[in-house]
Amino acid sequence: MLNSLLSPNTQWVLLSTLILGMAAGMIGCLAYWKKQSLMSDALSHAALPGVVVAFALTGTKNLLFMIIGAAVSALIGAWLIGWIRSSSRIKEDTAMGMILSVFFGLGIMLLTIVNRTAGGNQSGLDNFIFGQAASMVRKDVFTMLALALLVIVIVTVAFKEWKLFLFDPDFARGLGLSSRWMNAIYMAVLVLVIVIGIQAVGVILMAAMLIIPAVSARYWTQSFRTMVILSAIFGGGSGLIGTLISTLGKGWPTGPFIVIASSVLFTVSLVFGSEKGLLIQALQLRSEKKKQVEDPSSSWTKVPAIREGE
Amino acid sequence: MTYTGWILLTASLVGLSCGIVGVFLILRRMAMMADAISHTVLLGIVTAFLITRELNGPHMLIGAIITGLLTALLVQWFHSRGVQQDASIGVVFTTLFAIGVILIATQVGNAHLDTKHALMGEIAFVPWEVMNVPLLGEVPKATFMLAAVLLVVLVVILAFYKEWKITSFDPALAASIGIPVVLLHYVFMSMVSITTVASFDAVGAIMVVAMLITPAAAAYLWTDKLSIMLVLSGAFGVISAFAGYYVAVWLDTSISGSMAFATGIVFLVSFLLSPKHGVLSRYLYRYERPDQEEQQIDAVS
Repeated sequence: MLNSLLSPNTQWVLLSTLILGMAAGMIGCLAYWKKQSLMSDALSHAALPGVVVAFALTGTKNLLFMIIGAAVSALIGAWLIGWIRSSSRIKEDTAMGMILSVFFGLGIMLLTIVNRTAGGNQSGLDNFIFGQAASMVRKDVFTMLALALLVIVIVTVAFKEWKLFLFDPDFARGLGLSSRWMNAIYMAVLVLVIVIGIQAVGVILMAAMLIIPAVSARYWTQSFRTMVILSAIFGGGSGLIGTLISTLGKGWPTGPFIVIASSVLFTVSLVFGSEKGLLIQALQLRSEKKKQVEDPSSSWTKVPAIREGE
Repeated sequence: MTYTGWILLTASLVGLSCGIVGVFLILRRMAMMADAISHTVLLGIVTAFLITRELNGPHMLIGAIITGLLTALLVQWFHSRGVQQDASIGVVFTTLFAIGVILIATQVGNAHLDTKHALMGEIAFVPWEVMNVPLLGEVPKATFMLAAVLLVVLVVILAFYKEWKITSFDPALAASIGIPVVLLHYVFMSMVSITTVASFDAVGAIMVVAMLITPAAAAYLWTDKLSIMLVLSGAFGVISAFAGYYVAVWLDTSISGSMAFATGIVFLVSFLLSPKHGVLSRYLYRYERPDQEEQQIDAVS
C-alpha cells in the first residue's frame, strides 16, 4: 500500500478525487435546495451516449473531448426533461426516469457497437460505467483538476448571489439578478461536475457524490454557508478515502468505494449530528418528557421551531 | 420453440409485466422509486447468492423482496425525519447499490454473476438455461420465472382492482373508507421488486427502469381510463421488446439497450402524436380554437 501511495501518479489521482469530491459536495448543496437531487442522477446517466459518441468520432480516449460529448448529451437530456414536463401531463420524476433509462440504453447500444468495431484500443471505455480513477493518465488528471477548481471558484465567488437565488428568488429578481441566467449557470456547473466526475466515479454512482455529502452536512448546521463548507469537506474526504481503498485491490472500481465512504460519514452524521441527529433528538425528547412530568403546564411550544435554511 | 422464439417470448413477458406494474408507478408518482428499487435488488441477489452459492429463482425473489422493502422503508424513514424525498431516495439506493457492486467485485469473483451482466442483462443466454416443467417440457428458467411473476402480478391487481384504483388516484379517500393504504403500498413495492428481479436476467438493472416507466408514461398520454391504460402500456411494452430485438439483431448490438431505446421511441411518438395530450395536436389546437369560438359566437347570435 505504501508503494502505491508513493507513486506520483497515485498522488495526482488522489488529489483529483479530493478536489472533485469538494466540487461535487458544494454543487450538491445547490442541487439539494433546488430540490433536484435526483436530477443529477438522470443527467449522469444521460451523459453516457455522449461519451461513447465522442470516442467514436475522435477515435482516441481524450478526456476533454469526452467531457464535451458528455456535457452535450447531458444537456440534451436536461432539455428533454424540461420539455416533457412543461408540455405534457407527465410529471418531472417520470420524465427523469425515462430520460435516464432510455439514454443509458442508447449509450449501452453505442458502447457495444464501438467495442465490437474499434478493437482493443477502447478497453478503458467500460470504466465510465463504474469509474476507474487509477486508469487516469496525467493529462486527464490536470483537465479534471482545472475544471473542478473552476466549479469551486464559480460557487465561492458568487456565493451571495447563489444564496439569494436559492432562498429568495423574488428578492433576487428585485435586485436585478436574472433568474434565467442563474438557472443557466447552475445547470452548466451541475453538468460540468457530473461529466468530470464520470471518469472517476462512473455514470451510475456519480449522483451519490452530489447527494450524500449535502444531506450529511444538513445534520450539522442550519446555516447555508456552513452546510456548503461541511459538504465540501465530506465530499473531498470520501473521495480521498474511497480512492485509497480501491487501490488496495486489483481492478476494484473506485466509484462504489467512494460512495461507501460517504455513506459511512452520512451514518455518523445521522446519529451524532448536532441538528436533527438521532442522538440529540432522543436526548431532547427525554428532557422534554421529564419536564412534562415535573411540570405539566410547560408546553411543547417552548421547543424552538426548526428553521429551514438560513 | 426456436431460439429467437424464446427470446421474443421472454422479452414480451418483461414488457407485459413491467408495463402493467409501471402504470401504477406513474399514477402513484413513484417513478424514481422504481429506479431506486431496480438498483437495490442487485444487493438482494448478491446476498442470496453469497448465502446459497447458487443463482436460483426462489432465493433471488426472496432476496429481492427483502431489499425492495428495505429500500422503501428506509426512504420513508429518512423522509419522515426531514430529508427531502428525492434526496433520501438518492442516499439509500446509491449506498445499497454500491454495497452490491463491492460484494460482487470482492467476494463473488467472476463466477456466475458479474456487474456487467447485472447492469445490462444477458437475454441472449436465456434460452440456454432450461428447466423441466411438467406438461410444457423444457422451458428456460428466466422465462418460467417471468411467467410466474406476471401471473402473480395479474392476480394481485385484478383481485383488488378497485382498491388499487382508489389508492392510486385518491389516497385520502381510500384511507377514509377504510382501505389499508399502507399495506397496499408495501404490497405494491414487493410487486415492483419481484417484477424487477424477474426481468433482471433479461434486461438488467437500469434498462428495467425504461421498461417500467416509459411504456406506462406513453400510455398515460393516450387515455384517461385506467383499464385502457393498463392494456396499452402492456402492449407498448411488448411492441418495444419486439422492435428492440430486431433492431439489435440488425445492428448487432446489445438487445437490452436497444429495447430500452425502443421504449423511448414509442414514448416520443406518443408525445408528439397523441390526439389529446400530444405536442402536435396542442399546436394545431392552439390555431383552431379561435375558429371554434367564432362558430360558437355565431351559434349564439
